[in-house]
Amino acid sequence: MLIQEQSRPGRAATAQAPQHMADLSDLPSGLRRRKRAALPEVSELQAVRHYTRLSQKNFSIDTQFYPLGSCTMKYNPRACNSLASLPGFLARHPAAPASHSQGIMACLHELQDILKIVTGMHAVSLAPAAGAQGELAGVMMIRAYHDARGDHERLEILVPDAAHGTNPASAIMAGFEVREIPTGNNGDVDIAALRDAVGPRTAGIMLTNPSTVGVFDRNIQAIAETVHEAGGLLYYDGANLNAILGKVRPGDMGFDVIHMNLHKTFSTPHGGGGPGAGPVGVSKRLEPFLPVPLVVKDGQQYRWQVEPDRPESIGRMTAFGGNMGILLRAYIYARMLGADGMRRVSEYATLNANYLMARLQEAGFTAAYPERRASHEFIITLKPEAKAFGTNAMDFAKRLLDYGFHAPTTYFPLLVPECLLIEPTESEAKEDLDGFVEAMIKTRAEAEQAPETLKQAPHSLPVRRLDDVRAARHLDVAWKADETGEDAA
Amino acid sequence: MPFIPHTDADVAEMLDAIGAGNIDELFDEIPPALRAGGLDGIPSGLTEMEVSRLMQGRARADGQPLCFIGAGAYEHHIPAAVWQITTRGEFYSAYTPYQAEASQGTLQVVYEFQSMMTALTGLDVSNASLYDGASALAEAILMAVRANRKSNSKRVLLPRNLHPAYRRTIRGLVGNQGIELVEVPFDSTTGQTPVARFDAAAAGGDFAAAVIAQPNFFGALEDVDAITDWAHARNTLVIGVVNPVALAVLSPPGDWGETGADIACGEGQPLGMPLASGGPYLGFLTCKQGYVRQIPGRIAGKTLDAEGKVGYTLTLQAREQHIRRSKATSNICTNQGLLVTAATIHMAILGAEGLERVAASCHANTRRLGELLCEIPGVEPVFDGPIFHEQALRLPSASTEVLGKLAEQDILGGFDLGGDYPELAPAILICATELRTEEEMLAFRDQLAAILSNA
Repeated sequence: MLIQEQSRPGRAATAQAPQHMADLSDLPSGLRRRKRAALPEVSELQAVRHYTRLSQKNFSIDTQFYPLGSCTMKYNPRACNSLASLPGFLARHPAAPASHSQGIMACLHELQDILKIVTGMHAVSLAPAAGAQGELAGVMMIRAYHDARGDHERLEILVPDAAHGTNPASAIMAGFEVREIPTGNNGDVDIAALRDAVGPRTAGIMLTNPSTVGVFDRNIQAIAETVHEAGGLLYYDGANLNAILGKVRPGDMGFDVIHMNLHKTFSTPHGGGGPGAGPVGVSKRLEPFLPVPLVVKDGQQYRWQVEPDRPESIGRMTAFGGNMGILLRAYIYARMLGADGMRRVSEYATLNANYLMARLQEAGFTAAYPERRASHEFIITLKPEAKAFGTNAMDFAKRLLDYGFHAPTTYFPLLVPECLLIEPTESEAKEDLDGFVEAMIKTRAEAEQAPETLKQAPHSLPVRRLDDVRAARHLDVAWKADETGEDAA
Repeated sequence: MPFIPHTDADVAEMLDAIGAGNIDELFDEIPPALRAGGLDGIPSGLTEMEVSRLMQGRARADGQPLCFIGAGAYEHHIPAAVWQITTRGEFYSAYTPYQAEASQGTLQVVYEFQSMMTALTGLDVSNASLYDGASALAEAILMAVRANRKSNSKRVLLPRNLHPAYRRTIRGLVGNQGIELVEVPFDSTTGQTPVARFDAAAAGGDFAAAVIAQPNFFGALEDVDAITDWAHARNTLVIGVVNPVALAVLSPPGDWGETGADIACGEGQPLGMPLASGGPYLGFLTCKQGYVRQIPGRIAGKTLDAEGKVGYTLTLQAREQHIRRSKATSNICTNQGLLVTAATIHMAILGAEGLERVAASCHANTRRLGELLCEIPGVEPVFDGPIFHEQALRLPSASTEVLGKLAEQDILGGFDLGGDYPELAPAILICATELRTEEEMLAFRDQLAAILSNA
């Protein structure tokens, strides 16, 4: 039942609002609201119980193994939340003067430095609010760079076909055209196709390495050379940074600009869809274009650098400089890990992925790139199972939910049919990985003996399989006050 | 090893299953020349005890000054239940609800949020959030240009009394798509942007959309009905930038003029989000039904499961980047989900009457503060029009110095208007939310009087 359906006229959580309605008679009556908004009228307990119960209908890292490929669902240390929520941090107004901001600015300045070092970039801005906004900032800087050189014909961004959908969408938002580059059979970018594609219109290439097929592109140096020789720049999508943290640095691979997903690699919470933080790092030639604000240190004092200090900046990505609370969480996490801990992240994430891939192969599942090392993630194709039993990857995914495992990413990347993209992360214990293998084996046995069990899955969740087509055809995206409670669940 | 559970025995067994001699071998496809060196400069790891000490010191360093700054971020009371429930692991550590059956909690919260935002703004459809108010306005502008079938223009009217940080943000975010933002000056007597100013700025030209901020950055109230009708008469869509708490008492965008604004957007921070240095907050965006396929970002919809039971799922995903790639309505993927959860619980607990009381108290406190400060010789309102919840005051001496001296007394006395509006200097923008008491306002007045009398 919706909270709106529990509403009763005149009920209220009166401890939470001012005791008296203050006088508003000075407001012009024509500008006043005529009818109260249809917000719920419930007691505080009703609200608390309702949302507590709703929370229990979620899978989460804190409750389940969540091997969602490309999403890095690892443990979000609780200390990061409680320390970022200290009163001094929560109460600080974004326009507070530098005299009342040295504490947070010290954290942000050190975070800029840590991210610079671990990625091998020349400078970092923490401004973008999420990965896709980091991508946008990145391609905007590429555009600003070419424009500043009078190179106005470079309007094409190259994107491998396996890339995240945000890559081409971000390039379009920055005013570029997108050209797709195919992936070779071994999972690496098709270098011959790349050589054919580059030219005087090439602004740059957006690459994820390790790529979304879960392998490290061995030709990265040749790719960098090819694009640079053509006058283009290299953009690194940091979605898979967890695979190489502290082991290989995008700056050393030749990338000119990168974004990092702190809500992946630096373990800030995903929150059911956000917030994220998508800092960008750049090589020296792109530094002037970084989005503002930046934190700089003058002697012992920290201060912000904003638009007037950085006239060539692409500007600001949000009104108040970014998701500061998320940046604090990432900073705390980075300080708890230290340099050694960062290296261990990629080592154990890679160990877990390769172990899980080996166990699943041993159990008879088909790896998409069996001759390759897994990075921190890998792809299983369920094409043989689909052919033999008539069950598809989505059926497997839904049945895994019944076994208490969040499903891996399904049907991405699109170039591998019936795929599961599996990313176990470093924070999962061997027993949990083994349990997942057992569930996969059981699911396949069911697919063989009782395929309907999969096709109708899930069976044990708060709802059975949902009708997505109906949701789009009979669009209902908001409760309306005049609705009756007929569909109360 | 922090946050890594492996024992030596686990590692040995796992490497054995892989057929590798050691973990380093797993990186053998990476060209050796690329392997990273020492990461010099990254400090070594801290325990939770140690990092707690560090962070407590840092948080203390920023103090907890008495805050009279609004300017787009407002210090409101947040019921204790809001963040206690929001940070439950099931909400805090869940991913985007792509597996709908395993994410009914998040999805229903989003549906309830969308319902609350459509109710507050008086429009039909809401998305599941954008990054913040400024980026939401950028998306609203892009959306309006796509959605306006009666205009081929890529020009948009933008009032100069819109939040200056919003104006700077959208300039960068929409500029690369060939959109031209035409600034509309405000009336220096009232602080408003009357229809005549819009009309003069438009100069008979074709515009895809006009932006109206209600209240505007100065706290002044606009004649939203007249501007909306003016815009619609010339096939220009109307985007309302609104404060959700103010909407508890002010006319909702859906009621503006004859047919209502087309899109509303704004900053959701006043709905249960702490100031937190500027984020994470949430951008909201609502619109009329007819524009639903042009909305950026995620939307939760109601549907039925295989047994006919009600459930919720992400819908109209063909608008989004993970399906449409370069043809998506926006590149947004991750949004501000956890803040949506907080805002939803906040609105459920306060209800419409609670929000109305909050809005009324903020307004009364700001008026009271304005009166108190104007008792000081030389301090006076910059504008004479109606205000809500914020007020611009002219000072008798340089505002930057005055605000600096107030900060030394742990009072953040307002937002310095001189930087963005040099013609108004020396002037500040003040705000007193429902949290400010009479004693605190008197203390502000006395400090300001003392500083000005020594100036």
